[in-house]
Amino acid sequence: MSSQKLSAWFLYIYLLAFLFMMLAPLFVMGGAALNDSRFPSVYPWKGFTTQWFIDLWNDPRMWVAGRNTVLVALAVIALALPIGTAGAILINSLSGTSRAIVYGFMVAPILTPGAVIGISTLLFWRTFSVPAGLHLSVMGQVSFIAAYVMLLVLARLQSFDPGLEEAALDLGASHGQVLRRVLLPHLYPALGAGAIIGFFQSVENFNVTLFTRGGSDTLTVYVGSMVRTGAPPTINALALILILSTVFATIVYEVLRRRALAREVAAEALLK
Amino acid sequence: MSELLRRYGFGLSSIFILLTAFWLLLLVVLPDLYLFDNSFRPFLPALDVGGPKDRYNIANYAAFFQTPIHLQVFGLTVLFASIVTAVCFVLSYPIAYYLAKVADPRNVATLFLLLLIPLWVSEILRCFALFIMLSFKGPLNMSLIGLGIIHEPIRWIVAYNSVIIGLVYVYILFMLFPIYNAIQSLDTNQIEAARDLGSPWWRTHWRVIMPHSKPGIASGCVMVFMLSAGSLFVPSLLGSTTSRWFTEIIQQWMFESFDWNTGAAYAFLLLLLCTIFVSLMMRVFRVSLADIAK
Repeated sequence: MSSQKLSAWFLYIYLLAFLFMMLAPLFVMGGAALNDSRFPSVYPWKGFTTQWFIDLWNDPRMWVAGRNTVLVALAVIALALPIGTAGAILINSLSGTSRAIVYGFMVAPILTPGAVIGISTLLFWRTFSVPAGLHLSVMGQVSFIAAYVMLLVLARLQSFDPGLEEAALDLGASHGQVLRRVLLPHLYPALGAGAIIGFFQSVENFNVTLFTRGGSDTLTVYVGSMVRTGAPPTINALALILILSTVFATIVYEVLRRRALAREVAAEALLK
Repeated sequence: MSELLRRYGFGLSSIFILLTAFWLLLLVVLPDLYLFDNSFRPFLPALDVGGPKDRYNIANYAAFFQTPIHLQVFGLTVLFASIVTAVCFVLSYPIAYYLAKVADPRNVATLFLLLLIPLWVSEILRCFALFIMLSFKGPLNMSLIGLGIIHEPIRWIVAYNSVIIGLVYVYILFMLFPIYNAIQSLDTNQIEAARDLGSPWWRTHWRVIMPHSKPGIASGCVMVFMLSAGSLFVPSLLGSTTSRWFTEIIQQWMFESFDWNTGAAYAFLLLLLCTIFVSLMMRVFRVSLADIAK
């Protein structure tokens, strides 16, 4: 065996070990949801049960938290998509120092710890007597999720031919029509990806939400507080449901992405 | 700017500018300025706010520098977040290289899918999963005993051990993906050329692949350090009786003492730390902010 093949083989073994380490805890956590034991573990196995799912179903706090999570995520997407898109279009028309400065302010929230975003949002709105609550969580989350949308849209704008806009304007289209019929359709893939990433980022968010939420719960904060106060296996039931939906969403996202990719490759082949 | 006006007209351009201004002013710049402002004001009962006692001073920062335990926790947080960053880099670089340059491209998509799943499961749940694994009579110890590797269960949750393991487990993918993207953009011919010219494998990595992937490495380091140093949940769940994290002290000021002004000062120190780390990385790796944000 050549040394190259040998090292490739070693790397492969290491990759498998790495994947095992990443995924095994998730299997254990999910499996514990089905174990008839008061402690959340798969060992010792005390028999199969669906009791924890029934308990979860009957937990009113979980339902309120779930509803809050969805409302916050939808509000975040509704704000972050237009803001991020506007930001990307604006920065694309700037150049030189002004571009660098505005760009710096736009990406800064991604590089800021969530606790800092949460506390600064809380303090800022307090000045205007706005109390803590989920509306502030939305504000805090939008500040960095809009940055992700901006980066996605900006990347997509690089492949946009501005000549198309010129042509539309020359042919008598209004500015609104140029935006709606020419630019936005080109941006749809980036906006779709932005919506999905924004949704996940919002649902998962713990740090910003913890400081801004006031007395309200989101699913992630609910899970966090339950885990810290003794972790009943109902949380494992919830975790299993969330993991399965994540797996499902990941596969759907990947299939859609590959289909879009195949379509683009086919379109390029046609043009040649 | 005139370009924007010509393309989208006055109405739409104003909307774009207003939306961006709303974002950058009301959600980013002003909150941070208010954080800074509040950190220099004393913590007062509501009635005294704006009164004669509400003067700017540095008492909140003095509280930090005069409390040895807080200084120590801050130092340990920096130290352990740096260790976590380094460990994440060492563990994920070979994987990134393998996925980008060695693995069969047909398998890479599937492997990616398997790696994306833990990335998309929230960090709270991943941390909880690890908590179950590491418990004293948990699956990890039982498996190791079953395999005959150890005879007595190991106490994982001591000192900062479990916090470091937890942070690496939860944030390593934020290191892996940027490095993968960077290595992938390297022309494989360059690696082969180095090999053909007699360069040993380690020198090929050191002189060809790593220099090319600098933006990815810088980006991964910045993300992992920021997420680790700013992590609230991992240190609180996986922490032992002797491990304290800087964010836990911030939380104490905010939620236990309700002293939001001192909390603001401590949060500002955390922000300052992350800003210094970003500029350090930009200088060391000679990359721009745009490279890191990718």
